[in-house]
Amino acid sequence: MIEVKNLVKNYGRQTALDGVTFSVKDGEILGFLGPNGAGKSTTMNIITGYISATDGTVLIDGIDILEEPQKAKSKIGYLPEIPPVYGDMTVESYLKFMFDIKKLTLPKKEHILEVSKLVGVDKVSDRLIKHLSKGYRQRVGFAQALLGNPPVLILDEPTVGLDPNQIIEMRNLIRKLGKKHTIILSSHVLSEVQATCDRIVVINKGKIVADDMKDSMTSRAADNKIVAVIEGREQGVISAIRNVSGVLNVRKTGEPERGCGEYMIECKEGVDIRRALFKTMATQSMPILMLHRDEYSLEDIFIKLTQGEGGDK
Amino acid sequence: MGAIFKRDFTSYFNSAIGYITMAVFFFFSGLYFYTTCLYTKTSDMYYVFQSMFLVIMFVIPLFTMKLFSEERKQKTDQALLTSPISITRIVIGKYLSAIAMFAICLLIFIVFEIILAFIATPSVGVIFGNILGLLLLGSSLISIGIFVSSLTESQAVAALVTFAIEFVINILDSFASTVSNDFLKNLLLAFSFRTRYNNFALGLINFADVIFYLSVTALFLFLTIRVIDKRRWS
Repeated sequence: MIEVKNLVKNYGRQTALDGVTFSVKDGEILGFLGPNGAGKSTTMNIITGYISATDGTVLIDGIDILEEPQKAKSKIGYLPEIPPVYGDMTVESYLKFMFDIKKLTLPKKEHILEVSKLVGVDKVSDRLIKHLSKGYRQRVGFAQALLGNPPVLILDEPTVGLDPNQIIEMRNLIRKLGKKHTIILSSHVLSEVQATCDRIVVINKGKIVADDMKDSMTSRAADNKIVAVIEGREQGVISAIRNVSGVLNVRKTGEPERGCGEYMIECKEGVDIRRALFKTMATQSMPILMLHRDEYSLEDIFIKLTQGEGGDK
Repeated sequence: MGAIFKRDFTSYFNSAIGYITMAVFFFFSGLYFYTTCLYTKTSDMYYVFQSMFLVIMFVIPLFTMKLFSEERKQKTDQALLTSPISITRIVIGKYLSAIAMFAICLLIFIVFEIILAFIATPSVGVIFGNILGLLLLGSSLISIGIFVSSLTESQAVAALVTFAIEFVINILDSFASTVSNDFLKNLLLAFSFRTRYNNFALGLINFADVIFYLSVTALFLFLTIRVIDKRRWS
């Protein structure tokens, strides 16, 4: 659906993007992740035709954004970082205006009402946008992007400025829309992409540093480690754990509660020791209070991928 | 294009700027009309129209200052430029909204002419020439104002720079008379907005004058389109 090939963008001598290549399949939700200033917005602005690339191509459904901009743009709904809303207009008149400049042919009133209800701005439709809160402006911007049901949605940090309830609402909405639309969503909030996206592309300093499915990315980085909080004397616990087959190494990493230790257990590749561990500790009457696999979170991966390249920005 | 026109035109009336600008225009045109026509009991509008150059110099920057600068500042240009609408249509839509505001201002002259009709029989040809000239002059200055507005994110800067350019245009004739080099002098005079406008103020409609103002309008609208398009590449 979206084909981004070798994008280069120079601002004078500064290189904002340096050979960004990725593609998004039909109906996929792609998370575009990177620290501030990594080139997320630049990439999105190029995909939507707001700015032009120094080099490289963008194809939307096979249409080049530079060669047939109007045709390509009509397939995209774009919510920029700052919602492009006019403060001096009411929500309804703004949506009508956007409906007109998008040259849509759907039944106007019904469609605007439908979109307003979907993002939850139908109750403020006669209010001036400048009187709305940040969250509502964001929704109005989102409504604008949804007008005409474009097959592609580009959302630049859609949850910035929203309160926790609104963030959850927004995520659910994006998930729901993902069934009918191809979505690119950018964020520097890692849990957000983790919660909403099928696939994650990580960008740093204008380059793609990782392009992978979310699950394979997290499990690739995870070593076979287990973290357990166990009640009992340290020495007894450690020797008991060592007796479980498949355990390579144990060490105490902390003491979250009095009389309890947190232990990091390394086991053999591909061996799941959790059941055996449970039984062993039960017979020793050393209760396990908590047990989980120490998978790397996206945060860890992100830090791993984006560090060690200077960090001079 | 129609949608852009409608939005920008109604937005003049969403804030005080549209009303204030019109009030200023009506006040000063009324003042000139009173002092030069009614007070001296003449139906000759030449001096009124000649003075209108000065009045619209103040009014036009207020109409054009926000057209593009505010879009950039509020980032609403992102919605316009990522919509399936060409830059040309955006620029023309905005131009039409400003010229429509200006045309509404000019309607006051119809009232003046009706008042004058009680004093003397008006010459429809002269009235038409007067108003057409002012409209054409306004059109060229509006396109310059729009061009300036596309260069900055600040409304105030746009208004001031537009005013400065209009000021230079206004004094071009007197400046040209101080130039001793004949070629330079004639060159400057060829671009004189005032000389051409004075023809209209007398009620003379020269085809060349009409073409001159239309060309200036087209040139600056074209430059505006180029500026916006160019920004995407830099």
